[in-house]
Amino acid sequence: MISLTSPVRTRAHGWPAGAKLLGLCVASVVLFAAPYLAFQIAAALAVWVAYALPGWLFFWYGVRRIWPLWPFVVLLLIWHLFTAGVGEGAVIALRMVTAVALANLVTMTTSLEAMMAVINRRLRPFARLGVNLRAIELAAAMVIRFTPVLADKGTALSLAWRARSRRRAGWRVIVPFMVLALDDADHVAEALRARGGIGLDNKI
Amino acid sequence: MSTERNVAQIALFTALIAALGLIPQLTLAFGVPVTAQSLGIMLCGTVLGARRGGLAALLFVALVALGLPLLSGGRGGLGLFSPSSPTVGFLVGFPVSAFCTGLITERLRRLPTAPAAGIAAVIGGICVLYAFGIVGMSVALERSLGEAALLVTAFIPGDMIKAVLAGLITAALYRARPDSVWSRA
Repeated sequence: MISLTSPVRTRAHGWPAGAKLLGLCVASVVLFAAPYLAFQIAAALAVWVAYALPGWLFFWYGVRRIWPLWPFVVLLLIWHLFTAGVGEGAVIALRMVTAVALANLVTMTTSLEAMMAVINRRLRPFARLGVNLRAIELAAAMVIRFTPVLADKGTALSLAWRARSRRRAGWRVIVPFMVLALDDADHVAEALRARGGIGLDNKI
Repeated sequence: MSTERNVAQIALFTALIAALGLIPQLTLAFGVPVTAQSLGIMLCGTVLGARRGGLAALLFVALVALGLPLLSGGRGGLGLFSPSSPTVGFLVGFPVSAFCTGLITERLRRLPTAPAAGIAAVIGGICVLYAFGIVGMSVALERSLGEAALLVTAFIPGDMIKAVLAGLITAALYRARPDSVWSRA
């Protein structure tokens, strides 16, 4: 399955994921704590310079990821034009774009495995309280495996619908789709049990 | 009830929410796209019940945060979870919403399946979810709660249709696979 990690290798790909996440938390708090226009402009410039460093491809990928926010930026600016003044609106809009872009940057430079490893480390103390880590890992892996499978089955169902009807497949096709998913779940559960199961001593 | 079946159903439902966002051909009545995935979150609760449904929605949100593009339109990643992201409240609210939807469906056992699941979807899938969404939006955009609420009212009619559909789909599913509809078991 496609992940959102950037194919363009950057130096930040090698940095420890935990440190990047901690840095992101600190940066987000600072961005919220400093509602000054000059600071927000500087922060925005710094983030976009960071995006530009690995090259244009990386930069445009980052821009594409942030693009869905534009209606909110327009909304904030128009709103503030009529109320408190554009300056305040610009601060909020800049902070929104910078903070989200920064978080996207962490996602783009951190592999799924590295993120999973961080989560695993953080959850380990809870294992003693009865949290079944193996079950969580297995469930995550199953979602990654079965999302494309189910998407294919859903597409096949709606194509079958269209072969028989001139109208588009509506909500009715969701019922057989869910029946398929529930049956798949039963088969997978049987297969897991047949192969020894997942730590029966721990309930999730 | 085996752990394996629990895990498999939670995982497959999470994959189902994601798949509902990936299939472009599905549209609801009046052209409302099903891709908003809030129908999937409602169905988590109405079908799997409070605990399993909540866990499936939680797994979905966690995997989106880790960087899987499971949201409709292939979106995902930490950017959506930044406190400055206007839609962060909806994402954080997904697991709670699914849990509440499941809890209400379980409590309304005396009613037939379709109205029970429909009512639960309205309360859990709309009221609870929008409460989270509106708070998140008001924090991100620095607007009052009332102003933030105004921004999302446009989506409520579409979600009402989805709540009705969640009721009908759950009832149909209960007829087809009664053993798998935990909210009724």
